[in-house]
Amino acid sequence: MTDQKKDNVHLNRRQALMMMGAAGVAGLMGPMAIGRDRAFAANADAKGQLVLAFSQEPTVFNPLMPHIEVDEGVYYAVFDTLFDFDPEGAFFPILAAEVPTVANGGISEDGLSWRLKLKEGVTWHDGTPFTAADVKFSLELPMDPDFRSFRSSGYRLMTNITVVSDTELTWEMSEPFAPMAAILASTYIIPKHAFDGVADKNTAPFSNAPIGTGPFKFKTRMAGDHIELEANADYHMDGPFLKTLIIKYVPDLNVMYTQFKSGDIDVVGLQYISPDHLAEAETLPGKVVKVAGTATFESIGLNMTRPQFQELAVRQALYAALDKTSIIDALYYGVPTPTETYMPQQSYYYDPELPKHEFSLDKAKALLDAAGWVPGPDGIREKGGVKLSFSNSTTAGNHLREQAQQFIQQTFKEIGVEMTIKNLPPAVMWGDYWMNSEFDSVVVGLNCLAGADPDTSDYFMSSMSPALGGSGQNTFAYQNPKVDELLVKGAASFVPEERKAIYQELQQVIRADLPFLPVFQYAVIKGWKDDVTGPAPNVNNRIDTWNVRDWARG
Amino acid sequence: MLRYILSRIGQSLLLLLIVSFIGFAVLTLAPGGPLSQFALSPGMTQEQIDKIATQMGLDRPVVVQYLDWFRHMLIGDWGTSYRDGQSVLHVIGSHLFATLLLMGTATVISVSLGSAIGIFSALRRGSVFDYTTMLAAMVALSIPTFWFGLIAIYIFSLNLGWLPAGNMYTVGDGSVLDYLRHLIMPAGVLALVDVAIWSRYMRSSTLNVINQDFVRTARAKGLTRRRVLFKHIVGNSLVPMITLAGLQLPMVLGGALVTETVFTWPGMGRLFLDSLGYSDYPVVMGLLMASAMLVLIGNLAADLAVALIDPRIRLD
Repeated sequence: MTDQKKDNVHLNRRQALMMMGAAGVAGLMGPMAIGRDRAFAANADAKGQLVLAFSQEPTVFNPLMPHIEVDEGVYYAVFDTLFDFDPEGAFFPILAAEVPTVANGGISEDGLSWRLKLKEGVTWHDGTPFTAADVKFSLELPMDPDFRSFRSSGYRLMTNITVVSDTELTWEMSEPFAPMAAILASTYIIPKHAFDGVADKNTAPFSNAPIGTGPFKFKTRMAGDHIELEANADYHMDGPFLKTLIIKYVPDLNVMYTQFKSGDIDVVGLQYISPDHLAEAETLPGKVVKVAGTATFESIGLNMTRPQFQELAVRQALYAALDKTSIIDALYYGVPTPTETYMPQQSYYYDPELPKHEFSLDKAKALLDAAGWVPGPDGIREKGGVKLSFSNSTTAGNHLREQAQQFIQQTFKEIGVEMTIKNLPPAVMWGDYWMNSEFDSVVVGLNCLAGADPDTSDYFMSSMSPALGGSGQNTFAYQNPKVDELLVKGAASFVPEERKAIYQELQQVIRADLPFLPVFQYAVIKGWKDDVTGPAPNVNNRIDTWNVRDWARG
Repeated sequence: MLRYILSRIGQSLLLLLIVSFIGFAVLTLAPGGPLSQFALSPGMTQEQIDKIATQMGLDRPVVVQYLDWFRHMLIGDWGTSYRDGQSVLHVIGSHLFATLLLMGTATVISVSLGSAIGIFSALRRGSVFDYTTMLAAMVALSIPTFWFGLIAIYIFSLNLGWLPAGNMYTVGDGSVLDYLRHLIMPAGVLALVDVAIWSRYMRSSTLNVINQDFVRTARAKGLTRRRVLFKHIVGNSLVPMITLAGLQLPMVLGGALVTETVFTWPGMGRLFLDSLGYSDYPVVMGLLMASAMLVLIGNLAADLAVALIDPRIRLD
């Protein structure tokens, strides 16, 4: 799970508007869906201590500076965003009084003018009132040329950010940009006053003594060991229900599991329980162990410009010769779920009716025979001067994938297909070699979704292939007018039910075409003591603590 | 003597310079770099990463970066960590206590116990005790520490439930007793291997001394066994041990990576590995310099101590 590709977001104007619409609908549904409009319920009876373990150490505490996934584990406890995604992919407000949508007037019809209303009476951990000036500061800091900013996409399009009152601000977008709502949902708001008179914002004292509005206050950090957080009694939402939250750094997964077993750890976080421990973990008394799907899927990606892969029969034969079950069971201890698509099975837009894969070497051979691919003297099939031989690449050193490759190589050989293995170090593999489609085929883990939206134009639109002159992520160089049409249609629709039909059809078309051979949807194994309540998988958020305000004991 | 010390210090500084340059070059030329961890972070573009590299001065030639680092080092500025923005000395300092506690305890146990066993084995050469301890030492030396650690956790934490499976203290407790409970297993496991080493060295060193003429003379002039042992044998057999102890100094402060990992002990060994993993150049360079200095200081101190103790040795 270490070398999945990042999502670069390249959206055109139409996609942008489409996402904006979706964000609006989701924003309307959000609060109703989970009943989160119970603000100002400061909780005085937080009790107990909880130890949450991560296998990487959180070290960056200014959330607007470059950070990794594990750092966000602390951010969700100490800071708040304006609004966030719930497990169903709908927005719910946090610091915002309501999620801005076209319907409630928060976003103009053309997507260019935004108006944001904030909750009243929220205070920072040091007692200073939280105001719209803090939000303005947090939205502008990423564009400060001297600041080491986590990202600039989205923020760079915001102009004229105006504080209308303490609880309201407005801004203009220089162009409609759909992921803006998703970017805001992951922008943690930091206090302006912590940077007053600070010359270098990169080294402000704030970086090691963060002040937020979140459910927990940052108490102490013991470098290389743990971070101690304590309940914020003045929290503006329900919770927190824990008096102390310890985020413990345990670098070795075996040690982490042992300490979970011995009871030293209450909740196993990031990198989780390794698959080889699953069978035993499920039998542990007093522990809850859950396998949770992630938004990433593993596939054998084909370079659709190669002559070997032009015929559908060849792709179908390769898919039939792919022994998914053995790969998942033998190499991955049965933890991931077999899949037929790029869409996470937890998504609202997932199509459960996709044809099921069947492993059959006979069927594979029959398909190739019927298509006229006949074995040559070396046993490798060929047709019209094209040999059914290609290379397969992935990250060198990823042992599970390398074993999977060798296994696939064997089964392909049995149907007269030669697959050679050509693995490269990560920096080379996922650089130009991947982006410019210089490979024959790859084993890759991809997350094609930006947040909870079903749009995948960046990955499947014909015009999005760098190898064919485009500028997107369509590295399989997949071209199908029907797919383009569906993506455009999905982008023009604002009704979730309509979009669901469109994106389910899209999954059908791609499943039939097989530009990539889907293997499985990634899953992780989470575990916690049975007196802990609250931890809940959320495929739309990056890390477990997304709802740490709700966690409780006993 | 003074001249000798000055020349040794001169040599040491030259050595430090060479170590620092090689270390810096190897670090910065290795693939990866402090920003590579962000390459897989959703939302971070290559453009953004390049911009930060420029802000941090990472796009400058290695020699320029080295000279910059060296210039600051000369005036006592060890730089700041790329990971958490703290000063390097603060980062090292914050891991020092954990390491000193663990390694100090383990060293005290192993030196005292190891020396005693070594001397006793040498005196009773060929006895059952000698063979048993020799065999035990061989076993302890050939089995990796992490195995001992895991077995200890399995027995004392998971099965018996007597001791915590790791960590330096319980958050919210932190009493002396709490520290001790956490210290027993890691210090014991570390000491186990060191006792084996020390007892072997001490045994052969003592055997060397026992056969010397002055021991026979001492016995011949009618001194008691006890007096010969403590006044003539132990004193002399400890001389090579001092050099060994000097070499041990950087190890004591460098931490024990494997034991620290198995027992989640926040010491220097893990700091070094973590800093290396994140290409935190300032911290890695700081640790490299600190341990190089300790090696040099340890050696020098051992040489001086030996000269003071052993009148046969003249340094000039």
